[in-house]
Amino acid sequence: MCLGIPGRIVAVTDEHRMMALAEVSGVRREVNVACILEGPIEDLLGEWALIHVGFAMARIDADEAAKTLQALQDLGEAQEAAEAMAEGAKALEGQG
Amino acid sequence: MKYATEFRDPKAARAVLARIAGLADQIGATKARPVHIMEICGGHTHAIFRYGLDKLVHEGIEFIHGPGCPVCVLPMSRVDECVEIARRPGVIFTTFGDAMRVPGTKMSLMQAKAAGADIRMVYSPLDALELARRNPERKVVFFGLGFETTTPSTALSIQQAAREGLENFSVFCNHITVPEPIRALLDDPHMVLDGFVGPGHVSMVIGIHPYDFIARDYGKPIVVAGFEPLDLLQSVLMVLIQIRDGRAEVENQYARVVPEHGNPVSLAAIDDVYEKRPSFEWRGLGEIDRSGLRIRAKYRAYDAEETFGIGYAAGPRVVAEPEGCACGQVMTGRIKPTGCAQFGSGCTPEMPLGALMVSSEGACAAYWQYGGARISEAVE
Repeated sequence: MCLGIPGRIVAVTDEHRMMALAEVSGVRREVNVACILEGPIEDLLGEWALIHVGFAMARIDADEAAKTLQALQDLGEAQEAAEAMAEGAKALEGQG
Repeated sequence: MKYATEFRDPKAARAVLARIAGLADQIGATKARPVHIMEICGGHTHAIFRYGLDKLVHEGIEFIHGPGCPVCVLPMSRVDECVEIARRPGVIFTTFGDAMRVPGTKMSLMQAKAAGADIRMVYSPLDALELARRNPERKVVFFGLGFETTTPSTALSIQQAAREGLENFSVFCNHITVPEPIRALLDDPHMVLDGFVGPGHVSMVIGIHPYDFIARDYGKPIVVAGFEPLDLLQSVLMVLIQIRDGRAEVENQYARVVPEHGNPVSLAAIDDVYEKRPSFEWRGLGEIDRSGLRIRAKYRAYDAEETFGIGYAAGPRVVAEPEGCACGQVMTGRIKPTGCAQFGSGCTPEMPLGALMVSSEGACAAYWQYGGARISEAVE
């Protein structure tokens, strides 16, 4: 539960609520970027961050992201995170 | 080669393992008189077993698996209260999937869902917020669970709900903190701990200074570690170097992610939304002073304990653990999972009796899944 998974910020979805679209292990979902915001939200586009339960918690570089993803794939955590995101989407539709 | 191939740099791993072995010999660590190193984080416990690190390191190093899996330390009374809230009319109860199978005294959340309660697994508290927006006629409750890594996400969600004036969203707060149970373990005269591997992602939020007391007051080294096998091995090495040199300091092996003073936005949100409870019950460890968080009065409208009159708001309820369950002894390093009479018979991942078997981050589940890894498979 306490592991973060690397995701890449690919779009800003709601500047006011500090929300952006992140690609996490092949899955795209909206995440909150308040904790990593240091300037204009657009500056985050293309950046990597550790994503934890829908929140970007720390900026990381691309090399660190690749290493962490590999480690998490070995641990089975990357797949688990992708499944949890899909489960979250189902919950919103009342199917979870 | 089964495990060795999973290191990205087996040569580096072997070099670190050799240095660990050399230092262990130098400080006189043997199988009979080992150095006890506690990894606090459940993610580290999982990684240690997954990569067979406990088998790879010198036999004079013994890992003690600390209370760092939030699902594992959740008392049964709190699971019972989750079920009670979920069964109230008009409630949508939302939770991380990890918590679904944790046994309560009568049932788990999964069993309550099967019995008709509207319980939904979400990935994020943001999903619970969205459910509240979409279902204004329902009361959406989020099961806030976890250590400092997860705590800011719930805090930021409560702040967002307040900004929007969402009146049908609340949090059943079970957030807990890392330093206090470590202090409780260090105060336990039966515990033998020589050093710690500190949690990486908790420290990303709180920084490294909340552990200063471990070095200063108890004279024990602690090294904050990342989650790759090499991170863990390097951290064990750093602990051993401190022991050899007679030092006790807080060191940061995971500096590429963990800032010395933590994340300021997260810390500000935590401070704004929560305050320490006088005490909180931990499964297997009992009540620990100031180890849990509750929602401050200014956010009372978002506190499910207040709005449903349950939990500590209704008075503490301590529930005895199931008979024969030795989770508490495992968590304090008194016995190994295999030393529990229920391990593998009355308690398996499919039918868990105790919480350490529920989550993949629990010591018993990790033992069950990976306990067979042998050093011969790992390094040949």
